[in-house]
Amino acid sequence: MRKAPVNKIIPFSNVDGPGNRTSVFFQGCNFNCRFCHNPETIRLCAHCGKCVEACPAGALALRNGEVRWDASRCVQCDTCLKLCPHSASPRIRWMDADEVFAEISRTLPYIGGVTVSGGECTLQMDFLLELFPRIRAAGKTCLLDSNGSFDFESDPRVLDCCDGVMLDVKAVNPEWSRFLLGADPAPVLKNLDFLLRTNWLQEVRTVILPGRDAENEETVRYVSGRIGNACDYKIIRYRPFGVREEQQKLLGEEETPPEYAERFASLARSLGAERAFVV
Amino acid sequence: MSDALSIIQDPTLTYRQELVSLARLGEAQDHTLRYSDAYYAAKKEGALCDLNEGPMPYRPRYVCPDYRLLFEKGCGFLELDPPKDLLEALNVLEIFYCHVPSITTYPVYLGDLDKLLEPFVLREDREFAKKALRLFLRNIDRVQTDSFVHADIGPEDSVTGRLLLELTEEMQLAIPNLTLRYDPEKTSDSFALACVRCMLKTAKPSFANHRMFVREWGEDYAIASCYNGLKIAGGGYTLPRMRLYECSLHSGSVEEFLSRDLPHYVDLQLEYMDKRVRFIVEESTFFKTNFLSAEGFVKQENFTGMFGVVGLAECCNHLLHISDPKKGFGLNPEATALGRRIMDEIDRLVASHEAPYCEAFGHRYRLHAQVGIDTDGMDDSPGTRIPIGAEPAMLDQLEVNEQFHPYFPTGTGDIFKFEETYLKTPEAVLPIIKGSLSRGLRYFSGYLENNDVVRVTGYLVKKSEIEKLRQKKQSLNQVTLFGMGAQDGGHALDRRVQHHEESAGK
Repeated sequence: MRKAPVNKIIPFSNVDGPGNRTSVFFQGCNFNCRFCHNPETIRLCAHCGKCVEACPAGALALRNGEVRWDASRCVQCDTCLKLCPHSASPRIRWMDADEVFAEISRTLPYIGGVTVSGGECTLQMDFLLELFPRIRAAGKTCLLDSNGSFDFESDPRVLDCCDGVMLDVKAVNPEWSRFLLGADPAPVLKNLDFLLRTNWLQEVRTVILPGRDAENEETVRYVSGRIGNACDYKIIRYRPFGVREEQQKLLGEEETPPEYAERFASLARSLGAERAFVV
Repeated sequence: MSDALSIIQDPTLTYRQELVSLARLGEAQDHTLRYSDAYYAAKKEGALCDLNEGPMPYRPRYVCPDYRLLFEKGCGFLELDPPKDLLEALNVLEIFYCHVPSITTYPVYLGDLDKLLEPFVLREDREFAKKALRLFLRNIDRVQTDSFVHADIGPEDSVTGRLLLELTEEMQLAIPNLTLRYDPEKTSDSFALACVRCMLKTAKPSFANHRMFVREWGEDYAIASCYNGLKIAGGGYTLPRMRLYECSLHSGSVEEFLSRDLPHYVDLQLEYMDKRVRFIVEESTFFKTNFLSAEGFVKQENFTGMFGVVGLAECCNHLLHISDPKKGFGLNPEATALGRRIMDEIDRLVASHEAPYCEAFGHRYRLHAQVGIDTDGMDDSPGTRIPIGAEPAMLDQLEVNEQFHPYFPTGTGDIFKFEETYLKTPEAVLPIIKGSLSRGLRYFSGYLENNDVVRVTGYLVKKSEIEKLRQKKQSLNQVTLFGMGAQDGGHALDRRVQHHEESAGK
C-alpha cells in the first residue's frame, strides 16, 4: 500500500470546509507561496541533520543518513521548524491509507467528513484514491483543499470518489502569480473553469494582501465574474503569523485590516459572487 | 462578632439573601437529627460533605412539581383556576413558582415550558406572545433570583421553544438555566442549530441526552438545578457527596482503598441519606400538609436520594502517585481505568443498598456527579471531570466523558468553551454534540470565550455581576457569590478553549 508523508491530522476543525471536519495535512507542495503561514510543510526533509543537534528534547536522531523523529519525546517546541533551511519538517509520519483511516476512525462519530490539505494534497493522488473510498464507505464526505496545480480534467478519478474541491485562486496575473507563488496561474484558472462547469467546486479562496490594490482587485474581479453564486468565495485576510521573516519584509508585517478586506468582498458581491465573505 | 451580626452587616447581601442566611443560621441551632460518630469524623476530615443542606430538613432538596396537573386542574390552595389563555398561564406559573420550595428557597424546576405553553402561544399573535414571554422571563430573572432555577425545552421544535431561544439571546440573562432535551429522531437539525447559536451567545441551553434519560426515568423526567435528572411530580430528597480525594488519603494502595476505605465512606454517606430521608418523610410536614403533596403536584414515592461524588480524578491520581494532573486521570489510560473500577464499585455498593421511601426506583438511590462548590478549590474536581488546566483536546475529553456519564442518572455534565470563530460556524458544533450523545455522553454545555453570561461549574453567572461583588456591591442573583468563589479558588472560568483547528492530545 502506498505511503504518504503526513504532517498532521487535526481531529476537529471548523475552518476546513462545512461543519466539523477532520483535516489531514500532507507534507510537500509544488508552489512556494510567499505568504505561506506554515512554510515548514512546503518541502520534504533533505536529511541534512541540522535540526538533530538543536532538538532540546532529544526527539530527533540521524540514522543511516536519515533524520528520524520520536513523537513520544517531542515537546512540540518547533525549534526544528524554525531552523530548517529547506522549508521542511522532520516531524512527519509516512502513513498508508489504512493507518490514516484507523486514526480518523476515532473522529468519525463527531464529524461531517474529512478534508485533505497540505502542503498540496493532489501530490498524493494514488494515496487519496485508496483513502477516500474508505471514508465514504463510512458515510462521511471527502473534500480536497488544493492549490489548483493538478489537472483534474485530464485525470478526474479522484473527483469520482470525493465530494468537492476547495480551490485557492491566489493570483490571476501571470507576472504577479510567478512572483507570489513561484508558479504560472494557467493550470489553476483552467481548474477553476473545469470544476465550476462540472459542479465540483466547494469554495474558492483568495488572500487579500495589505496595500496591493491592483493585484487584489484583478484577482477578485476575475474570480467573481466566473463563480457567481455557484459556491462560497472566501476573502482571506493576510496574517503575518507564521510567514517566513524575509517574506514578511516583502509583503508586510501587519495583517490586512478587516475593512480593507471587506472592500473586496463587497466588490465580489457586486460582480455576482453573492456568497463572498471575509474570514 | 456573632454570625447573625456579620450577616446583617454584610454590604453585599440583599435583604432576601440576609433572610435566607439567617434562616440557615437558625436551622443550624437544632441537632435533633443525629448520626454516628464515624459519620461526624468523616465529615470533619472532609471525606464526606453535606453541601450545607442544614441539619433539620423541612423540605426535600429538589422539588419538581407536575405543572401539567396545575394547568389541568388549577390549584385549590393558591386559588388558581386552570388557565384559559397565555396571560393566565404565565400568571399562574409566576404565582405557583413562588410557593415551590427547594434547598435554595427558589424553584429548581420551572417545567417543560415549550410543551406547557405551546397551546396558548399558538392562539396568540406571534409578537404578542413574544412580549408576554419576555415579561415572564423578566419576572423569573428578577423574582426567582437564583441560577439554579431551571427550565426545559424539546425534544421537538415548537413556536414557544423558538421564542424562548430568541428572547434568551436578546435578554442575556443568567436566570433561568435552560436545557434542550435532545433526541436525534425528534429534534430537527434546524431547532438544534438554533439552540447551538443561542448556547454560544448565552451559555444556554445545554443538551441533555433524552434517550438516555427516558431509558432510566421514563418520559416524565425533569432536568433541574444544574443538570440534575429527576422525576416529574417527584424530586430529590438529599444530595450529599463523597469527596473521593479525601476518601483516598488513608489508603496505602488501590486495593486497600477499594476493599476498605471506599465501602466505609459509602456506608457512612448512605447512613446520612437514610436518616435524612426518613426525617423528611416521617418528621417534617412537607409530605403531610404542604399543598404540593396534598393536591398531588408531587408524590412522595417519586422522590429519590442523590448519591453524590466529586474528585474522582484527584482520587485516582493520588492512589497511583501521579502528581501532575496532565499525566493523570483522563489522559493516562491506567488512571482512567482505575476511575472506572472505582465507579463500578460505588455503583455496585449503592445499588445493593435498600433505600427508604424510594418506591418508584426499586427502593434505590441514584448516583450524581456533583458539580463542586466554591470552597472545593482545586482539591476535588467536579464529579468525574478532568481537572481544569489538564484538559486534553476536545475529542479526548469527550471520549473520557462518554465512559463516565452513564453512571449518573441524577446528573453529570461537562462544559466546553469555544473560541469566537465558532459563532460563525454553529454547524461545526452540532455534529460534536450529536456524536458524543450517541456515544454515551449525558449532558453537554458550551459557551463562547468572551461572553458575559458564562457557565461556572453547572450554573450560570454574569461576569459583570461577579465584578459588582468584588466592588462590595450587591448582586441580585444569590449564586453570583458561588461563581466568584469558584473563579478564585477553582479557576472555573479558565477552562481550556476549543480553537478552530487543533491537534489531538495523544
